[in-house]
Amino acid sequence: MNKRIKLGFLLILLVVSFSYGCISNSGETTAEKPGVLTISTTTSLYDTGILEKVVAPAFKEKYNIELRFIPKGTGGAILDAKSGASDAILVHALSREQAFMEEGYGVNRKVFAYNFFVIVGPKDDPAGIRGLSVSEALKRIVDYGRSHQNQLVWISRDDGSGTNTKEIALWKDAGFEFEALKNESWFGTTGAGMGNTLLYTSERKAYTLSDIGTYLKYQKEGKIDLDVLVDKGEELINVYAIIIINPEKISGRDFEGAMLLAKWLTSDEGQNAIAEYGKEEFGRPLFYPIVPVLQSQRGEVFKWILKYGFIKDGDKYTECPMKFRYNPGDLSFFEFPASLVEG
Amino acid sequence: MAWDYIIRGFSEAIKMIDDPYVIEIALRSIKVSGVATLMAVAWSIPPSVLIGLKDFPGKWLIKTLINGLMGVPTVIWGLVLYLMFVPVGPLGSLGLLYTEMGISVGQAILITPIIMSIVVDSLESIGSEIKELALTLGADELRASFQVIMESIGGIILAIIAGFNRAIAELGIALMIGGNVYVKGGVYNTRVLTTAIQMYTARAEVSIAIALGIILMGIVLSVNLLSNLIRRWLS
Repeated sequence: MNKRIKLGFLLILLVVSFSYGCISNSGETTAEKPGVLTISTTTSLYDTGILEKVVAPAFKEKYNIELRFIPKGTGGAILDAKSGASDAILVHALSREQAFMEEGYGVNRKVFAYNFFVIVGPKDDPAGIRGLSVSEALKRIVDYGRSHQNQLVWISRDDGSGTNTKEIALWKDAGFEFEALKNESWFGTTGAGMGNTLLYTSERKAYTLSDIGTYLKYQKEGKIDLDVLVDKGEELINVYAIIIINPEKISGRDFEGAMLLAKWLTSDEGQNAIAEYGKEEFGRPLFYPIVPVLQSQRGEVFKWILKYGFIKDGDKYTECPMKFRYNPGDLSFFEFPASLVEG
Repeated sequence: MAWDYIIRGFSEAIKMIDDPYVIEIALRSIKVSGVATLMAVAWSIPPSVLIGLKDFPGKWLIKTLINGLMGVPTVIWGLVLYLMFVPVGPLGSLGLLYTEMGISVGQAILITPIIMSIVVDSLESIGSEIKELALTLGADELRASFQVIMESIGGIILAIIAGFNRAIAELGIALMIGGNVYVKGGVYNTRVLTTAIQMYTARAEVSIAIALGIILMGIVLSVNLLSNLIRRWLS
């Protein structure tokens, strides 16, 4: 009998503590719940901390909408979006973005930031690529790798991300097939995000392609010991865009909310936030605001953005072709005559 | 030399342990896995009692199935549940993807076979003797069964604790279903101890990863301690 009393006592204790937990919890949640947007994003944006530390707090303050960022890499972000899990995607792989919109999933693409890809490697640069053009550098890396079969010379993310998509294109420009290189013993793959891949590359004293933002953050914090060896070349420009999910293809997502985010990112406020992030901590911004460059229409960066971040639509280059625009409201799109790029 | 940065990580970790951010993540972990355990207990105990106390054809098959399900890796659950929970998936309309409740449901499914297996075993090991004794002493079937459950309460508590510890320590489901979402002051956050440890290790922020690791170990060990105290007190 004694045992039964003890058990009853335990049960009462459990019920009381559980209901106490429920009550104290509901106290917080009875306050007005903010809205929420699910944004699938590339890891190179996420790993720098700009989304969590700058974009989300500012956006919540202004619109009382919380941003739920799911870092996945451009490929994963697109898959998430196609299965209806997100309201918008933040990505940086033009070819994949175009395919995504062609299939009808995405509309109203807006570019909002840019920076550059860089080839990073050990300080002593055993393959001797410092200061070369991208194609030259990659050729030397292949030569060096093939004569040093027993060590890892190049690390690839190989995860379908925007950085990986760029890497594949760069190998192709240099005359190599990525799929074939992957089988060579000096060529390593991580299948992981940018941060992880940089850590691994540093550990193995190898080379890799990185976006400058993630590299700077990791280097400055002393997590990696790598130098920027190749950073010249228009093909290294890296343009970040937001694409809204097409409400006609996928229902139940918050189109209006996602549009607010697109507008905010390209507004003066959003562009300033992008320009300021990292200045104090790293001595230079990790990302550059893209709108001022497009407005000024000057400089070689402007041309590079058009060439590598815009889509040709008839005789124009635009960030979002006519057929992919959907109820844009007061959201306007940049477009420039093709002669600016080709002429 | 080589130990330097680990020692530094530890000493910085100690300072971080009462950081509100760290506490918030720890409390979320306890809440999410606590809810998971409650759900799993609610739906596992009744069938386990049935299986443990009754003999019926095909019983061995069910027990084999339960034991087999115990070995399913958490990433497999994560993958299966992701496919179920995505909005275009069969259970998409529940809106569980990237929510705390989604993680709880996933962890509850993960620990169901563990709880069932331990409960069934403990009922069976005590069952027959006590039941026969009670029956010979004149108890009816229901009363005798009740007596068996009372006697094996230690096993049931053990099952609950083992379930909770498994839930709070798993990473696959929390990462794939929860998504490790965190916004300061947000109400939709899903970052728990395991996903945070994974992320900070990937970002090479070792001290905070160690701090979170110490807390996770602390929770698991104190829950074990508590369960042992309760079992001693009851016997």
